[in-house]
Amino acid sequence: MAFQVWAASAGTDSDPRNPWFSWSYIHENMDSLLNALREHIVLTVAAVIVAALIALPLAVLAHRRQRLAGTLLTTSGILYSIPSLALYAFIAPYLGLTYTTVLIGLVLYALLIVLRAGLTGLQQVPADVREVARGMGYSPIGMLWKVELPLALPSIFTGLRIATVSTVALVTVGDIVGIGGFGSLLLAGFRNNFYKPQIMTATLACVGLAFVLDGLLVLAARLAMPWTRKARRA
Amino acid sequence: MSAIGDAITWINDPLNWTNPDGILVRLREHLLISAAAVGLACVVAWPLGLWMGHVGRGGGVAVTLANITRAIPVVALLTIFPLTFIGFGYPAIVIALAIFAIPPLLATAYLGIREVDPEVREAATGMGLSGRQLLGKIELPLAVPYLASGFRTAAVQVLATATLAAFVNGGGLGMIISRGFGLGRVAGAGQILVGGFLVAVLCLLAEGVLALAERAVTPRALRMRAKMSEAAASITP
Repeated sequence: MAFQVWAASAGTDSDPRNPWFSWSYIHENMDSLLNALREHIVLTVAAVIVAALIALPLAVLAHRRQRLAGTLLTTSGILYSIPSLALYAFIAPYLGLTYTTVLIGLVLYALLIVLRAGLTGLQQVPADVREVARGMGYSPIGMLWKVELPLALPSIFTGLRIATVSTVALVTVGDIVGIGGFGSLLLAGFRNNFYKPQIMTATLACVGLAFVLDGLLVLAARLAMPWTRKARRA
Repeated sequence: MSAIGDAITWINDPLNWTNPDGILVRLREHLLISAAAVGLACVVAWPLGLWMGHVGRGGGVAVTLANITRAIPVVALLTIFPLTFIGFGYPAIVIALAIFAIPPLLATAYLGIREVDPEVREAATGMGLSGRQLLGKIELPLAVPYLASGFRTAAVQVLATATLAAFVNGGGLGMIISRGFGLGRVAGAGQILVGGFLVAVLCLLAEGVLALAERAVTPRALRMRAKMSEAAASITP
């Protein structure tokens, strides 16, 4: 029923007043685009940082205790299959339409990705490497910092990249509580007579932001792991 | 009254179940949209993935596709597709959801065939099996556990993302949540909680049932192997 009403007002594909892309839209709406960009970046970066700060110690802990690892992976698998919208439905009635609500949802999903990646990385450290380190007299803490974590870094960075790109896309769902970065912009465009330039610009900006942040993480990974560069050159 | 109290009151009102936009209608919509999307994605991804695995090419395509679709918000496709030639209605939503279900299905179909022991393949060829027979009689049966694992991932993901159709008034259980937010987060708190609860239960139920099904079609000797490659695949960039 609702579809028919919309279809009548949507106009045709080729309406010249409603093109899919327009430079004048971008020019005239620079302020709202920049606001959405700032909101999107702040939410993404904050979510990934908080997620990493929680997930990496958890991964180290789980790595030490195999039983905890099993429990954590099962729990995270279950949590991950709960839709984001349902998660916001659980949080919003208590925390309101706030940044905190959105952030909690984003952190939870990113956390699961980083936790898995961290644990995989730590478990991929070869047993004989560990053996040698122990033979050289490393304490458990020293081995963690100097041997295990550096060897797990590629996997951790992979996890951070996946978490970041997923979070950028997930921020759009935050529109349900009114805080969705580019998601709020594109849905506002949809509700406002299907304003195509706004929908397309917000979509492209969102995807572009994901690739830019991903690229920055690739750079950071190269800086943090100079040895992988050498290996590639050889 | 507390939000949970409101939720219990809301879910116990029979009208909220049987209304034209009640729980039963929304559940039916949700299941129909999801089934169509998963079906469409399987029809596209499985033949392609199996073929790619059989000829041993295109593994990079599956990874690239997964990376690109990860960056595209579901909400964006849900708003864009109705404004194209697809038009408003269920097809636009089904196609949008199917696109996100293709990468896991494609990757597992490809991986399932690639993981077949080369010696088994060689023995089959030596016995005189043609390429098509090799795919149909040897590779495909051995890939079934992978296909099942991909199906579970894709189906649960579609059931979860189908809630987002509510953003474009597209039906499904998400509508209960979005209507709740429409009432205001205090007045609608009960309805919001019920909507979230129903969606979460549906997804967890699907995850559990499909995990059992996956186990049932996986020969015992392969169970450990499948689990490990799934863990490895889930963190590939």
